[in-house]
Amino acid sequence: MTTTTRIERHHYDVVVIGAGGAGLRAAIEARLAGKKTAIISKSLFGKAHTVMAEGGAAAAMGNVNSRDSWQVHFRDTMRGGKFLNNFRMAELHAKESPQRIWELETYGALFDRTKDGRISQRNFGGHEYPRLAHVGDRTGLELIRTLQQKIVSLQQEDRREHGSYDARIRVFAETTITELLLDGDRVAGAFGYYRESGEFILFEAPAVVLATGGVGRSYKVTSNSWEYTGDGHALALRAGATLINMEFLQFHPTGMVWPPSVKGILVTESVRGDGGILKNSEGKRFMFDYVPDVFRKQYADSAAEADRWYEDPDNNRRPPELLPRDEVARAINSEVKAGRGTPAGGVYLDIASRLPAEEIRRRLPSMYHQFKELADVDITREPMEVGPTCHYVMGGVEVDPDSGAALGHVRGLFAAGEVSGGMHGSNRLGGNSLSDLLVFGKRAGGHAASYADGLASRPRVPVPAVETAVETALAPLQRDTGESPYVLQQDLQAVMGDLVGIIRREGELVDALARLGELRERVAKVSAAGGRRYNPGWHLALDLRNMLVVSECTAKAALERRESRGGHTREDHPTMDPAWRRVNQVCSLEGDIVHLDRKPLPRMRPELFALFDRAELAKYLTDEELAEFDALTEEER
Amino acid sequence: MGTEKSQAAGAPATKRQFRIWRGDETGGDLKEYLVEVKEGEVVLDIIHRLQSTEAPDLACRWNCKAGKCGSCSVEINGKPKLACMTRMSTFTADETISVTPLRTFPIVRDLVTDVSFNYEKARETPAFAPPPGVTPGDYRMQQVDVERSQEFRKCIECFLCQTVCHVIRDHEENKPAFAGPRYFIRAAELDMHPLDARDDRKEYAQAEQGLGYCNITKCCTEVCPEHIKITDNGIIPMKERVVDRKYDPLVWLGNKIFRRGQVPQTSVTSEHSPGAVRTPAAGPPGFHSHAGASHDPEAEAQAQAGVNWHREVPKPTAPTLDETGKLPLTELTFDRPAAPSPFGEDVSFPLPPEHLNYAHPEQDKH
Ligand SMILES: Cc1cc2nc3c(=O)[nH]c(=O)nc-3n(C[C@H](O)[C@H](O)[C@H](O)COP(=O)(O)OP(=O)(O)OC[C@H]3O[C@@H](n4cnc5c(N)ncnc54)[C@H](O)[C@@H]3O)c2cc1C
Ligand code: SF4
Ligand code: SF4
Ligand code: FES
Repeated sequence: MTTTTRIERHHYDVVVIGAGGAGLRAAIEARLAGKKTAIISKSLFGKAHTVMAEGGAAAAMGNVNSRDSWQVHFRDTMRGGKFLNNFRMAELHAKESPQRIWELETYGALFDRTKDGRISQRNFGGHEYPRLAHVGDRTGLELIRTLQQKIVSLQQEDRREHGSYDARIRVFAETTITELLLDGDRVAGAFGYYRESGEFILFEAPAVVLATGGVGRSYKVTSNSWEYTGDGHALALRAGATLINMEFLQFHPTGMVWPPSVKGILVTESVRGDGGILKNSEGKRFMFDYVPDVFRKQYADSAAEADRWYEDPDNNRRPPELLPRDEVARAINSEVKAGRGTPAGGVYLDIASRLPAEEIRRRLPSMYHQFKELADVDITREPMEVGPTCHYVMGGVEVDPDSGAALGHVRGLFAAGEVSGGMHGSNRLGGNSLSDLLVFGKRAGGHAASYADGLASRPRVPVPAVETAVETALAPLQRDTGESPYVLQQDLQAVMGDLVGIIRREGELVDALARLGELRERVAKVSAAGGRRYNPGWHLALDLRNMLVVSECTAKAALERRESRGGHTREDHPTMDPAWRRVNQVCSLEGDIVHLDRKPLPRMRPELFALFDRAELAKYLTDEELAEFDALTEEER
Repeated sequence: MGTEKSQAAGAPATKRQFRIWRGDETGGDLKEYLVEVKEGEVVLDIIHRLQSTEAPDLACRWNCKAGKCGSCSVEINGKPKLACMTRMSTFTADETISVTPLRTFPIVRDLVTDVSFNYEKARETPAFAPPPGVTPGDYRMQQVDVERSQEFRKCIECFLCQTVCHVIRDHEENKPAFAGPRYFIRAAELDMHPLDARDDRKEYAQAEQGLGYCNITKCCTEVCPEHIKITDNGIIPMKERVVDRKYDPLVWLGNKIFRRGQVPQTSVTSEHSPGAVRTPAAGPPGFHSHAGASHDPEAEAQAQAGVNWHREVPKPTAPTLDETGKLPLTELTFDRPAAPSPFGEDVSFPLPPEHLNYAHPEQDKH
């Protein structure tokens, strides 16, 4: 370590990296468990990605349709994920999300209400009953603000008790973690820099919760912000943890496609939930042509039936616009490819002809606002032009379902939210993320706290590791011969968007891996102009290596998985293969090379299997598994 | 989006003149840039283009690029705005566009300011107090009651209202005592929360947040990108309700505007304002609603019925502007910490409660 480098040191019991829904909920839990907790976030407090979520948070409260229950929610989640989900996570999620939502009300959240004063719930793709607790179309804002305000209230308690707001829970905003530090195989701390000053900061802590969100910034057309560079995924890998399901990325079917500068920005699914329909350039409502066999039972095959569903969901099947996202995204992709797209390369999403203007403005205020101000389009009068946009990564840190503890060769590391993997299988249902954040955020925070309690001795931060971290962080500023980080980012986005996008082919994936290899060398030599103070070029230069390693995981796993399932579509292997359903692909790091292993999926418990009927399971399971299922039901009889 | 517009997406790019403030707390100045601008772009796109070309270290905050996170607040041609929601097409072709950091907060670097003032004020505002004895899951509230608070909860914390408020813009000395419009509506939100267990939100705003400094110039409402009626629906009701407990010079000014059955006489109430008086039953957006932000006729009717509404609904007010289109500020010669009230000084007080124009959920209990 050069003696001139100043490093600010802090000691905490639990360090939570990420101030989105998952991070804040984890921090609240750790603080409630009496632990001294730090929250770290790359942007300002309250600006994390969660703020952008629109549609709602799924929880089977049964307020609108009393037939809803955790079992139905569990079933929908497994179906949506094409049975690749970690069943235990899906089960915990379905069981616990109602409590987590109700809890938010005790923190001051104000959800939209039903007539009898309970939390209102709305329809969403893939959910059998109206299930999404929401606030207009700004649910994520409500969620993050509520958690933010709960943290403030805990800080006020601490101030009354200990004289300082920061006594037991402190927020480090605009601070980026670049490295986790280990003592043997135990987490010992986290190293990073203040974005404002460029000064370094070291947290010594026995337990770290990763809640850093997703990876979408590696794609050009994305609904994700600059923060989503896969930092948590990469930190976990480098610390010896493993990632699963990295081939599964969700492309949201309806991103804005015009004007070009807003390409990718999300048009909430509630537009479809509230009656919006998709049309091609010939004016045809095309989704009826794309209902896959596995979903025929639940989705309408005529416009008349689909339209009746909004009023009478019990006696009609759902409109095909509400199919899970992967299906809708692929359908739009096919229409555009067949030359029936709009001039800007999307399809039309029409709500104007379906609802009175007044009603549209009331139900979808921020969409109305967004189109009016960004595209100069009045959605109460004209259709919107939409197309698929990279939205969510299903893959992430492989965790123990109950505690959120990362698997692999590391202890003291926990993960929750988008950065963790398994819960959503091969495809996430809309609304399942916000509830996922709360359920698993709470669990990870609680278990991190008890892990810290159970330690006989505190791990120590090794000095050489800190020195290396400092050198790595300063390197781009000290080089002036390398390329600009912005150019490298564009090149990376081009590789991922063109070769590892919605529809994948073997040749292209091989090509992508070769190009990522070249990029790796260029990224190693990146140089950033300017100084250490709030220098976005330098910040991007440091994020690039994370984006790169995560992209390699995705490309490798996508090449291996020779089938199409959920967020992974192979043109050369277009169908689902039951044998592949039993396999998770696990990424780990050996040196700095991404290594891929196969691992069998955990086996679902019999009573959960029994929630499905045989005909449905037959579409997903191998014959062998079906025989077991039959034996099982036999026994019960 | 119309077909013709999309076809124009390939229109050739033009070069535009920008003037962007570069520097840090030790000083800096406006730098000229000639930048390519494409069709449909917003100011933030231009900043990103500069970052990836001439100025890789140009500091600017952003996240969502869709007006949802409130990160990208800057001043564009002197007006506080979200860079991601300011379309290039709103400027004339030969206009030089200046982009500067928020004036009210200390500079960090370039377009980034130190907004910690706001987080400190947030931390001082007492949090939601859950109703004792109500278990999670048993909260029952009516939509019309939550909508009042929901309007304020739309706030994306862009702090544009904070930067524009003249009480602290260029008045560093007022900062300790004044929380600013963002936190007045936080207090109002909790005050109107149907289940909040505290009943001293207004007194708190008055005593601790410096509500008395505010003289309803409405600049905050004007810049709010979420179109929250900060003054009409938040600040004014907060001021009015403290009247019988606490002196606030602004309250008696309110009297002047809201006198029963009388068309307000002061120039403050704009006759041309788009939200003229409508019958309470229904009205287009922009009319003065008593049912929060809903504009829903049914909710409106309920709100009216619930509070013995016996007066004409007043017009929304607009600030007095002088010939330059600016608010006349004569603070130097004035005896209060902020600018004089735009309502005139000739009203007597205290304001009789029946002249109050605000529907509190529990109004009838007091
Ligand atoms: C436009 C949009 C709409 C959506 N709508 C919905 C919806 O309606 N319903 C739903 O369920 N889901 C929705 N989602 C998905 C959902 O919002 C996200 O998956 C979820 O918010 C992720 O939350 P999180 O807590 O995991 O992470 P985030 O909220 O993304 O937070 C990540 C945090 O980690 C911090 N961080 C990252 N890297 C570092 C680092 N190196 N050092 C320090 N801090 C770091 C960031 O600063 C940030 O604070 C939507 C997503 C988008 C983009
Ligand atoms: S109305 Fe009050 S709070 Fe708003 S800008 Fe004017 S003085 Fe400030
Ligand atoms: S009230 Fe409006 S202007 Fe003020 S911070 Fe909130 S959104 Fe921004
Ligand atoms: S970037 Fe989020 S509001 Fe502008």
